Amino acid sequence: MIAPTEDAGRAVADGAATGTGAFTPAPYRVVERRVETDGVVSVALVPDSGEPVAWRPGQFNMLTVFGVGEVAISMSGVPGEGRLWHTVRDVGAVSHALCGTGVGDVVGVRGAYGTAWGVEELDGVDVVVVAGGIGLAPLRGAISLLARRPSGRGRLCVALGARSPDQVIFAEDLEIWRELGAEVELTVDAAAPGWTGSVGLVTAVLPQLSFDAGRAVALVCGPEIMMRIVARALVDRGVAADAIRVSLERNMQCGVGLCGHCQLGPLLICRDGPVRAYGEIAHLLGERER
Amino acid sequence: MPRVAAVDPVRVGDSVTIGVSGLDGLVRELAARGYKTVGPTVRDGAVVPGPVSSVAQLPRGVHDEQAPGSYRLRHEGDDELFGWAVGPASYKGVLFPAEETLWRARRDGQDAGVDEVRDARRPLAIVGARPCELAALEVLDRVLLGGPVVDDRYAARREGAFVLVAECGKPAATCFCTSMGTGPAAAASASVSPSESRFDLAIAEIVDDEPGASDERPDAGAQVSRDVRVGPGHRFVVTVGSERGASLLEHVAHVEASAADRAARAGVLARAAAQMGRSLDTDGLAPLLARNIDSPRWQDVAQRCLSCGNCTMVCPTCFCTDVDDVTDLTGAVERRRHWASCFDLAHSFMHGGPVRSSAASRYRQWATHKLSTWHDQFGTSGCVGCGRCIAWCPVGIDITEEAAAIRASDVEAAGAGQTRGER
Amino acid sequence: MIEELAELVGHHPLFDGLPADVAALVAGCARNAAFGPGELVLAEGGVADAFYLLRRGRVTLEVHAPGRGPLVIETLGPGSVLGMSWLFPPYRWSFDARTLEPVGAISVDAACLRDKAEADPAFGYELMKRLGAVLLGRLEATRIRLLDLYGHDRPD
Ligand SMILES: Cc1cc2nc3c(=O)[nH]c(=O)nc-3n(C[C@H](O)[C@H](O)[C@H](O)COP(=O)(O)OP(=O)(O)OC[C@H]3O[C@@H](n4cnc5c(N)ncnc54)[C@H](O)[C@@H]3O)c2cc1C
Ligand code: SF4
Ligand code: SF4
Ligand code: FES
Repeated sequence: MIAPTEDAGRAVADGAATGTGAFTPAPYRVVERRVETDGVVSVALVPDSGEPVAWRPGQFNMLTVFGVGEVAISMSGVPGEGRLWHTVRDVGAVSHALCGTGVGDVVGVRGAYGTAWGVEELDGVDVVVVAGGIGLAPLRGAISLLARRPSGRGRLCVALGARSPDQVIFAEDLEIWRELGAEVELTVDAAAPGWTGSVGLVTAVLPQLSFDAGRAVALVCGPEIMMRIVARALVDRGVAADAIRVSLERNMQCGVGLCGHCQLGPLLICRDGPVRAYGEIAHLLGERER
Repeated sequence: MPRVAAVDPVRVGDSVTIGVSGLDGLVRELAARGYKTVGPTVRDGAVVPGPVSSVAQLPRGVHDEQAPGSYRLRHEGDDELFGWAVGPASYKGVLFPAEETLWRARRDGQDAGVDEVRDARRPLAIVGARPCELAALEVLDRVLLGGPVVDDRYAARREGAFVLVAECGKPAATCFCTSMGTGPAAAASASVSPSESRFDLAIAEIVDDEPGASDERPDAGAQVSRDVRVGPGHRFVVTVGSERGASLLEHVAHVEASAADRAARAGVLARAAAQMGRSLDTDGLAPLLARNIDSPRWQDVAQRCLSCGNCTMVCPTCFCTDVDDVTDLTGAVERRRHWASCFDLAHSFMHGGPVRSSAASRYRQWATHKLSTWHDQFGTSGCVGCGRCIAWCPVGIDITEEAAAIRASDVEAAGAGQTRGER
Repeated sequence: MIEELAELVGHHPLFDGLPADVAALVAGCARNAAFGPGELVLAEGGVADAFYLLRRGRVTLEVHAPGRGPLVIETLGPGSVLGMSWLFPPYRWSFDARTLEPVGAISVDAACLRDKAEADPAFGYELMKRLGAVLLGRLEATRIRLLDLYGHDRPD
């Protein structure tokens, strides 16, 4: 390389250029808002210009509420809808602001980031999906696609855990998935009188699902403790540890492998995850404060 | 116009000798070519990167004394310009600033837009980075340019940056670059960087009082700026690393390095290697630490560690950052990125609390990231052996000592027939 | 009749893999049972003289609280064991158990099985190991539910 004699005075990069830098969110608008349960809101976003980002179920976006901050939120819709659905649980400053957005509000979007559930590879195998709480959000797209596989291309069993019946998100989807032939078992931690569904830990309904454990693939998402317990129960049932896919979670600031926050031992979860085979990462989940 | 000695054109790989005025000429020529030149300067009792437009600004006669928990400069009044090891701030801060604004958001009625903020910056010339600092930049290249997503701000600063390395003659008691394969010579290690040439020029400073060592002293007869004093045997043996480095050299008085000069350089580097204050046994270290995640030693070090994060702030490879959104009075919003430390509880915060709440888990994250999981994540060590974390730790925690302690207590190695009894 | 029951017993997860003669031992104390929806199978405080191996349908374990109605503690489905208090004196049910839907089960006479376990310690030990595992699983699940996982993803 020759010394830049001529362009010496010029800026290496232009100032104030709107571009597609890794950290720059694109403005999207909220076009629909749905209250799922107390403290959980879904928003549908479309870009101010251009097409929405292409994505696969399991991936996430970094969503910015301008002036508040940016957080990682999975896509909870179905690919190809033309709008991006995200389902957010109000737990802190940014998620609270996201839940509070209304139709017409601007939300910044960067993505799509991370690994996906890989539903494309799941033709002809039994799939058992286990989700807990808001963990159903990143799985909604995967379940919707799997439920529409041609018949005979593998069974679909869904086990859902929730705190209580009124905390179940996507309740109407559960009916649709059942109608499409999926076995869907819902179990809650506690219920008011009159609840005719199950009460108990989500692992308790696994024996009632009729998947062929030796050939099944499992997709698991929920709080980390729940994922560990479910994964062990599935292994006990005969599902191969490498056939169990879990979605990992750690503090995220950048989403693109540059800020160092999402480390879990050898992994940068935003870059190498969030979806990983349980067999590969079981030891990491077992290590305290890792 | 300095007189150009009559030698063949300088080529990549050549070894030439220049005098102090030659070095001064190189710095001035870099500035003339439009580079923003930064190099070692003395500020607040430490050698730190600063603007350097002539040799007069370099730390002449300055030497550092480093030990666990301490760093001190001695001013000896001698002519040596690079007679110190490394200071607290590395060139990381020049290419990857401690704080920068990423973008500003604007809103005009219904229109929303996000404007990226880029600094209008002249190409950089780093003058006098240590070999370990060059290695650290190459580690950062792996992290920030290795993909899949590239930090384009770092890329813009790094791309085209001219690097003049000052090979090491005076390592500190805290240094262990020989263990990490990053020094004291500029070409000590194979490049971990995707760029084709690791440095543009590397200089080895030779200070001896035998003027006869080289008859063809390049300074003899050459014009020397008035503010530059030249000792009788004070010269630099330059290794040429790139075409532009070679072209730069054509502008200053230089001669082909004599056998004596080459031998003198080799002597300087050999003495430096022999004086290395510390060592780290890297043999199988990454898997060793990975299997000792539950070592009681982490609790032991946690008794001493203050979780101050100094080690991460001085480390030339630590790249962690946070972002903050700042709103001004007009309602305009900007996002700022700044260095972060894994010793901060907020680093691992998830709604509910931090994942790494104990000091032991945070020290373990730091040390295992540097020496073990960095290999998994980026295919290289995260430590270049500069020793800054040892000197700048207020309680003198020493990463080489902690790693050795864990090696000594490694259950697996003890069970597997003891191949490494030394230490 | 006994053979059919022995086969059903052997197919229930609690007795999975039990040798046929041992399954027959259990079957000697067992009979088929069927309940309609909403039937009270066990009543809190009642004598624990039998337990059930659920084969079809779900049963809720509940406690009734004045003014709050029945509070469901746990739902047991096919493959579960309903009733544990028959194992330990004073052999009294701790909870109500009510069917949610039509339920098919094998009812096992508690005194009969306890006598066989006393008489044949090897069988008794095998039985206790299996019931112990079920109890441990329930205890673990209960403890996890106490963490209120979905309410606070990181219980501290
Ligand atoms: C890959 C991935 C997918 C996710 N998908 C969803 C989703 O679909 N729906 C949903 O409701 N939540 C999801 N989360 C969790 C969501 O990112 C956090 O709830 C959110 O960051 C909390 O931010 P806050 O500012 O509201 O809360 P605070 O508690 O105020 O958090 C402060 C900051 O800490 C960081 N942080 C805190 N908790 C988390 C966390 N759990 N994960 C990552 N960073 C965190 C963020 O930078 C956050 O801004 C996902 C997290 C990850 C890593
Ligand atoms: S995790 Fe810690 S050791 Fe690793 S780069 Fe970040 S601050 Fe440095
Ligand atoms: S860990 Fe310490 S010795 Fe290694 S590169 Fe960082 S500051 Fe230097
Ligand atoms: S979120 Fe920044 S590295 Fe993963």
